[in-house]
Parts: sequence; structure tokens; C-alpha cells
Amino acid sequence: MEAYKVDVAIVGAGGAGLRAAIAVAEADPSLKIALISKVYPMRSHTVAAEGGSAGVVQAHDSLEHHFHDTVSGGDWLCEQDVVDDFVARCTGEMVQLEHWGCPWSRKEDGHINVRAFGGMKIERTWFAADKTGFHMLHTLFQTSIKYPSIRRFDEHFCVDLVVEDGRAQGVVAVQIASRQFTLIQANAVIIATGGAGRVFRENTNGGIVTGDGMAIAYRHGVPLRDMEFVQYHPTCMPGTGLLFTEACRGEGGFLLNKDGYRYLQDYGLGPAEPSPRNKAMELGPRDRLSQAFWYEQQKGRTIDGPHGAVVHLDLRHLGEAKLRERLPQIYELAEEFLGVDPARAPIPVRPAVHYTMGGILVDGRCAAPLPGLYAAGECSSVGIHGANRLGSNSLAELCVFGKVAGDAAAGFAKSVAPGNSAALLKQAAAVEQRALAILTNTSGTERIATLRKEMAESMENGCGIYRQGDTMQATCDKLGELRQRFRNVNVEDKSRVWNTDWLLAIELGYQLDVAEAMAHSALNRRESRGAHQRLDGFGERDDIQYLKHTQAHYAGDGPPRIDYGDVKITRSAPATRAYGAAGEKAEQERQAGREGKVPHG
Amino acid sequence: MADVAETRKFIEIEVLRYRPEQDSEPFLQIFEVPFTDDMSVLQGLQYIKDYLDGSLSFRWSCRMAICGSCGMMIDGKPRLSCKTFLRDFHPGRVRVEALAHFPIERDLVIVMDDFIDKLESIKPYIIAKEPRTLEQGEYLQTPAERDVYEQFSSCINCLLCYAACPQYGLNPEFVGPGIMALLHRYNVDSRDGGAAQRMDVVNAEEGVFNCTAVGYCSEVCPKHVDPANAVNQNKTLSAKDYFLRFVTPKGGAR
Repeated sequence: MEAYKVDVAIVGAGGAGLRAAIAVAEADPSLKIALISKVYPMRSHTVAAEGGSAGVVQAHDSLEHHFHDTVSGGDWLCEQDVVDDFVARCTGEMVQLEHWGCPWSRKEDGHINVRAFGGMKIERTWFAADKTGFHMLHTLFQTSIKYPSIRRFDEHFCVDLVVEDGRAQGVVAVQIASRQFTLIQANAVIIATGGAGRVFRENTNGGIVTGDGMAIAYRHGVPLRDMEFVQYHPTCMPGTGLLFTEACRGEGGFLLNKDGYRYLQDYGLGPAEPSPRNKAMELGPRDRLSQAFWYEQQKGRTIDGPHGAVVHLDLRHLGEAKLRERLPQIYELAEEFLGVDPARAPIPVRPAVHYTMGGILVDGRCAAPLPGLYAAGECSSVGIHGANRLGSNSLAELCVFGKVAGDAAAGFAKSVAPGNSAALLKQAAAVEQRALAILTNTSGTERIATLRKEMAESMENGCGIYRQGDTMQATCDKLGELRQRFRNVNVEDKSRVWNTDWLLAIELGYQLDVAEAMAHSALNRRESRGAHQRLDGFGERDDIQYLKHTQAHYAGDGPPRIDYGDVKITRSAPATRAYGAAGEKAEQERQAGREGKVPHG
Repeated sequence: MADVAETRKFIEIEVLRYRPEQDSEPFLQIFEVPFTDDMSVLQGLQYIKDYLDGSLSFRWSCRMAICGSCGMMIDGKPRLSCKTFLRDFHPGRVRVEALAHFPIERDLVIVMDDFIDKLESIKPYIIAKEPRTLEQGEYLQTPAERDVYEQFSSCINCLLCYAACPQYGLNPEFVGPGIMALLHRYNVDSRDGGAAQRMDVVNAEEGVFNCTAVGYCSEVCPKHVDPANAVNQNKTLSAKDYFLRFVTPKGGAR
């Protein structure tokens, strides 16, 4: 066991982890930072984000608009004080990235350009063609190289957190190339490990998106909040689930059913106009669009394809020149993976799992209930996404809350004395033994891929776009069974060097725990809100009983214990979530002061 | 992945194996894999790992040619396995090997420390020409100014150009195409004033003049970065810099 002492350890080196590391380095250059990632930072899944990142810049836009788009988009399950803080910080963070070299797309006068996105009243999405996440990630990674206090542990897999005297005091990581274990002792730990979309079958996520940090925090008693809210992105590649960005529609793309009809007008999103109006039709929010797809499929108005039903994403009217300029990656994906030239034929798409709205419970300073532990980015639930995330808010979140977490962790790290290294090393040795046990178990018979496949199919069946009590219960039961069978998992590869078979098994353990938190949280929410829609008599939002955050608590071998936390409402009382013409009418009424009073509490 | 259980088609994938704890040298192993026409080579490898041999190791993540993890030699050519399709090799056999010119860590995993060390050495970040506070807002940069460096900023660090570069194969000290593209990306960014600090890398013995202008790097680049173009532009800049060192007190690239 190697040992390394730092002030702040950061697990995950995607957008949030890198931004946090830079924040700590800038807060106090004397603080030592460990930045731990199971891949090289530029492989992190931030890289795959396409469309853009939110930040108010236009004179006719306002923080108030961004606030309302976010809170109503989240079906009022957002922490409104945190959303206020978030929208106020977004633009500064985008400018900061600009100063660090991010190649934002520009207007002719040299100012940055913004594009329209779903669920957004005024255009405020900063973009770098359709590779925004890629450019943000590489900008952050390359900028991080400037700071000598950031020591990277690339291709180090985090196996656990060490908790002593009631606070997080470091992590145990294993070097993938050598299986060398290292205790990274730290006064504060930031988890920035991203989402968990790979627990589902068809998803937009990279293979590394396995909920590691969520599971690690959860096993240490930190609740996972609002895990039932999983976003289906409406326009993904059939089979693989690869993403066709919402910017396709932001730039003017249409969604057509088998009759060539813009079907969204039948789902309260109309009227259909030649170019989509903000917050209407194709620029409605993701949950509504994915739900509309489901209904079209029920009505038999989708198109049959080799990987299931599809609708058409039609970009032809935008013309090749504009597509090559604004959506070059989409163009290539369609051509190379589907053999479709999007300037000449529509792209077949269907919804796929995209984003984990819930995550590690943290407050507005990114602090978890466990002292010394912080979380930022998709792994966290800081409270800005509610029941459905607004497009463009996740990239902004990485920067805003990466920095908040870095500042908060730096402050905490300076306020406490380092713990007892001997005790921590003893704990770390036990962690190592547990991690190796799964490898040395020679009687295992369960294949990793089989368990993973059964998990992913079960999640899709029970926790899809529309849900029912009996199928959710079946998924909960199945996950309980899979957790039992997982104890008998067979790791074929026993070697030390680059043993990915072993790491896949550990990841599967993480995934099963996170999946169970999702399924039980879903089963227990007897209403429909945002991305959680039920067909079994709970089809309406129920603000009396469920204007609450779900909190899933780890309970060892048994299913999670579920309880609820309050939602912070400051000035936007829950109202009808309306888009299209109905939304504009509601907006006018709201501005005329007819909005309901804010409830107490 | 497509439902491969229903497929009737099979392809042989010949994989270069090397497990340092048990193999004295790399060897080729053949797997027969069921496939559908939309399956990538990466999906073929995943099938092997999931159902035929769990010990096969390779890097991958995004599946959509942007994370840069899955570069391999496929039929002798450096390619991303996620966007190379099995159908293009059927009914023949497809050979998959670790990227050329790098030490093999295990199976298809190469040691890429050299690339990371070089990246860290070139100051791959904006060294502001005119420092600016956040309150002053963004730097103005016209689309034309952006176009000058945008292509070079699109490097996904997949290392295919290094596997293609005969000079890098002969001399790993050579800074190489990808890093030169990234260095150039910052040097020609209108916000940057750090070119002089980076010219030492360009001018060094292992800098641009090591390149023999084969151009294969640009041919294999999956993101149209055209690193050969960056190298060529820097040959000119380097010659100019060499000259300027004699006539200006501080020397300099611009």
C-alpha cells in the first residue's frame, strides 16, 4: 500500500473534477490536490456533450427567465435558492472558459454566439459547434496543466472512501496498470464521477458512466436524492443510443412521424410553425418530447426499424452548408454510423437514457451530510434539475458547482487537522482486501456480462419513459436477485496488469446499488412529475404528498430505505407546466400577477 | 449492440494478445464473432470480452469517436475501433493490434505516458497577450480568427497520427504530429501571446524538422485536424524565428 497526503482529493477528472481542481489551486496555491480518474481526463464523458452550455448574455434575456425555465422545466422539484445562485454564476463561468481558450462559436462582430435549446424562453446556449463538451473538457484539462499543485492520478480506479472520526478523510485508489493500491489521505474529498446511465440498456453514455462515486457515497450512508428521475433524450441513434444533440432542433430541425407529420403539435406543444418557436414544438422540454414519442408508438404512427420503433429527425431544410458549420459532428455520425446524409434524408431516432437527474445529496455549497465530503456535477444532487433537467444546464453545472465545490473543500481542508494516518492506513488495507476478495473468489459461476445485461433490461422494462407499479416492483425484485447473484460473480482474469475484467465486476457492484436506489425511489413516488410518469392511476402531479425530494438510504444487503426531504420554494409556486401556445398564455397570466401565492414552509 | 443472437453471420477477429505476467511475447489469437452489419470493430471486441474471453483488455468509452480512447491498428492501419465497421472486412478476417510505435502495456492497451509528458511540456493553455478580468467580459474573436486555430483544437488525443508517423517510430523523442498541432493551436489563437515560450519545442532538435513530410498523420486523423499542416506551418515559423534571433534583442516567433 502506497500512501500519499493531500489537502483535497478529487475523484473524477471530467468537467466538474477539473474545474474543482483549478478552483482549489487558485484559492490557495499551497494546497496539495490529488485528481484521481479511472481514465485520462480527456476521456471523461463530458467529452461527448454536444449542444452547449447555458449563460444569460442577451439584453432581452434575464436571470429571472433562466430561473423560471429551470424551475418549471424541473416540474418544481428544484431547490430554488440554489437555482438562483446557479443562474447568477453561469455567465461568469462561461466567460472564464473563454479566457482559458474555449473555442466558442462567434458572431461576426467577435462576440460569442448563443443558440436556442429546448425548454428555453430566450436563446442562451453557448456553443462550440456541436462539440461543446469536447472543447470544454480539453480546455479545462489543458488549463489544469498550468497548476503545479494539481497532482494527477490518471488511470487510477477509486475503490472506496475512508471515513474516520465521522468525516471523509481520503480515498483508496488502485493503479490500473499495476494493481498497486494507494491511500490518498485528504482533509476534504470531492466526488465528481458523473452519472449512471449505463445501468440502462439503450443510452447515450460512455462505458465509464457507471455511477462509481454515487455508490461509494451511498454505501457510506450518504443518501442518494431523486434517483427516480432519469432523463430520456428524445433524439438518439437506434440500437447504440448515441446522441443527436438537441441543437439539431435548436437550429431548426423537425420531428416527423411515419406520415411525415410534426406530431408534437398533438401533445400540447403546438402550434406547428415553419421554424420552431422557443419553448414550443421541437423546442419543448426533453421529458415531454420523449413521452410524445411513446404515445406515437402506441398509436402505431412510428416507423419500424431493425432496433425498434423510430421517428424522423429532419434537418434537410437547413441545407448542407449550415449543417456542416453548426452540426459537423452530427453530420458525420449520421453518415458514418447510419449511412444517412442528413442534408438529403431524415435521420431515424428514438429516445434513449441520457442523464441522471438525482445523485449524492449535497447542499448549495456542494457539501454532503458527511463532513469533509463534497460532490459536483452529474453524480451530485445539488438541486437545480428537479424532475427534469433543462438542456444546456448540465455543462454549466460542471463549471459553476465544480468551482463552488473546490472553494468549499479548500476552505474545509484548511479548517481541520489531518487525521491519524496509521488508523487510515489500517482501513485502507481492509479496503484492499475487500477489493481483492472478488478476484480471488474461485467458486464464482455468474458471468459479469450476463448480470449486467439482465440489470439493464430490467431497468428499461421497469423504469422507462412510462412506469407502472407492477413492472417497477418486478424490477426491484430482479435487482435484489441480481445483487445476491453478484456475490457469486466469476472474474476470469486473475492478473495484475490492466485487469479490466476485475474492474468491470467492481463497477457492476456499483451499478447494482445505484440501480436499486433508482427503482425503489421510482416505485415509492406515487405521482407523475417530470421524467417520472406513471400509467397506473398516479398520472397526475401530487403536490400535497410528493412535492418532496426522495432520499434513498443504503441498507446493506436489503433494499434501500426511502424517506423524503423538503423542497425549497422561494418565489415560484408550483403551477401548470405548459409549453407552446398554452405556455405563452400561462406566462402572460403569470406576468399579470395572477400567479398563486408562495406556500409557507 | 444489435441482437447478435439472431444473426447468421460470423467474422473472424484476429487479436494481438500480450499479458506481460504470462506471455514472453505478443501472439495472435483468433475469435469467431457473430455480427450484424451495423456493428463496429469495438462492438466485436466487446462481444469477445463479454462472452468468449473476459481477459481481453482494451480501452474504450464514448463509442462515438470523440473520447479518443479506442485507437488500434485495424488491418495494419491506425483507426478508431468505434467507427470502423466489421462489415467492411467480411467475409475476410480482420486483424486488430495495439497501436504501432508505442510500448504495449497489455493486449490492445499501449503505454501513452510519452504523449502526456509531451503535452504537459508545451504549455497547452492560453498565455494571455492582454490579460483581462471576468468583469471585462469575453475577448473579441471574429469567426475568421477562430477558424485559424479551430481545426487544430479538434485533436482528440487518440494517437493515431503517432502510430502513422514513421519518424516517431524511429525516434520517440520526436515531438510528433498531434502535439505540434496542439502547440500550433495556442500559438495562432488571437488571445494568446505565448508563442515565444513554445518555440523552443518547435526549434529543438526533436522539433518540427524531424518531420520528413510523409503526410500519413493527416490521412489517418479521424477528426480532420491535419497535423501535417501544423508541422509545415511551424517549419516556416521556425526558420523565421531562427533568423529573428539574430536581428532582434529578445528573439521571438512573431
